[in-house]
Amino acid sequence: MADISMVINGREVRGSVEDRTLLVHFLREHQGLTGTHVGCDTSQCGACVVHVDGKAVKSCTMLAAQASGSEVTTIEGLAKDGHLHPVQAAFKEHHGLQCGFCTPGMIMAAVDMIRRYPGGLDEKTVRAELEGNICRCTGYHNIVKAVLAASEAMSKPAVAA
Amino acid sequence: MYQTTYHRPSSVAEAVRMLGEAADGKFLGGGQTLIPTMKQRLAAPSDVIDLRHIAELKGITVSGRDVRIGAGTTHEEVANHSGLAAVCPAICYLAGHIGDPHVRHMGTIGGSISNNDPAADYPSAMLALNAMIHTSKRALSADEFFTGLFGTALDEDEIVTAVSFTAPEKAGYAKFPNPASRYALTGVFVAKRPEGVRVAVTGAGEDGVFRATAIENALSRSFEPSVLDGIAMPADGLMSDIHASAEYRANLIVVMAKRAVQAANG
Ligand SMILES: Cc1cc2nc3c(=O)[nH]c(=O)nc-3n(C[C@H](O)[C@H](O)[C@H](O)COP(=O)(O)OP(=O)(O)OC[C@H]3O[C@@H](n4cnc5c(N)ncnc54)[C@H](O)[C@@H]3O)c2cc1C
Ligand code: FES
Ligand code: FES
Repeated sequence: MADISMVINGREVRGSVEDRTLLVHFLREHQGLTGTHVGCDTSQCGACVVHVDGKAVKSCTMLAAQASGSEVTTIEGLAKDGHLHPVQAAFKEHHGLQCGFCTPGMIMAAVDMIRRYPGGLDEKTVRAELEGNICRCTGYHNIVKAVLAASEAMSKPAVAA
Repeated sequence: MYQTTYHRPSSVAEAVRMLGEAADGKFLGGGQTLIPTMKQRLAAPSDVIDLRHIAELKGITVSGRDVRIGAGTTHEEVANHSGLAAVCPAICYLAGHIGDPHVRHMGTIGGSISNNDPAADYPSAMLALNAMIHTSKRALSADEFFTGLFGTALDEDEIVTAVSFTAPEKAGYAKFPNPASRYALTGVFVAKRPEGVRVAVTGAGEDGVFRATAIENALSRSFEPSVLDGIAMPADGLMSDIHASAEYRANLIVVMAKRAVQAANG
């Protein structure tokens, strides 16, 4: 067994898990954070994407023990004070989902992508950057629209209410 | 996944010792090959020794045209390193086209070359750049290091610590990615130096990465895509699978070599 500790969505958590436990299983089964999904067993679909120390990773391809000592952000950690994160809001507005199974991973990938392209994104870049996230429903079109809209919205300086 | 025991050393010496004490241990780099393989129960190491917290394996140094990349450097770090891009942009391009962003955040150059997947990108760069592979025991040329399909000269308890090379005059990489996995269906890395051109092919050879001498000789005469017009690569020794026949890969080698030269010439 491995004794692990990490900060998940700003909250310090500790646990004792089998060494072989994947991060995604620690999140879903030990922490009850079932927003992070498992869509494949080959590390290809991206439904499990979370941020570890600020970077998007596949939580099905990392042991929980490897993440010990890290800061983890999951889809549950994005909304603040009851307000959707701009990327969540853009997916809602632009109908960037159908069944919603891929959506948590898509949104975590999109937040990471927007962080890495502070100068803005174009359609070609968004499509290439979504290489690690598979959607079986939407045909990607509205996902791409949502990411572009969110990137645009987030680059605007915040206006005081 | 079968049971395993996780270890987190903080130095190369400690990692080597931990592997020595394990019944059937394996080093864990970024885990982007080893963890999927363990999930499929195709690997079942008794112990995994995590190399991600070893400072001496990290970082890129560029002095003049001499490059050294620590084995624990991620694909993302190689893709976005401005010093490296200034002397050898082809390797940044290659790293930026491995898998997807999430894989690039974790996967490392040391893990990729130690695994020597016949469709991996980095082995072609190491061979074409005539890189040295530094390990916990010795330093080997890329020609000596890669020994066949998933094969390397590494001993069980030997860690790749870094790779180094002198940036060539020009270099370029072109891959035809498998549309599903992004691994190379065929990829070609070319490196031009005053003494000649080296050309390495990945994704195509039955024994893994190899040098295409006919293409090297032609490009050493003139470093232009058009000198490859009449060249036909033999299909002998190339892979045939559900994705592509050996003949198709033979043709792709020439096409990718031309694109790589074009990329190198800017
Ligand atoms: C969805 C997906 C797509 C991918 N697409 C591509 C692609 O397009 N092109 C490509 O080239 N690769 C691709 N990969 C593989 C990826 O590049 C891996 O990161 C790489 O092959 C292994 O590196 P790693 O650091 O993750 O190593 P690990 O998976 O941790 O280890 C791989 C092997 O190397 C050994 N090892 C690791 N580090 C060292 C070291 N320093 N010294 C000695 N032995 C070591 C391990 O024991 C293990 O046997 C893909 C992977 C995935 C999951
Ligand atoms: S569950 Fe499919 S990539 Fe992680
Ligand atoms: S919305 Fe159903 S898989 Fe993407």
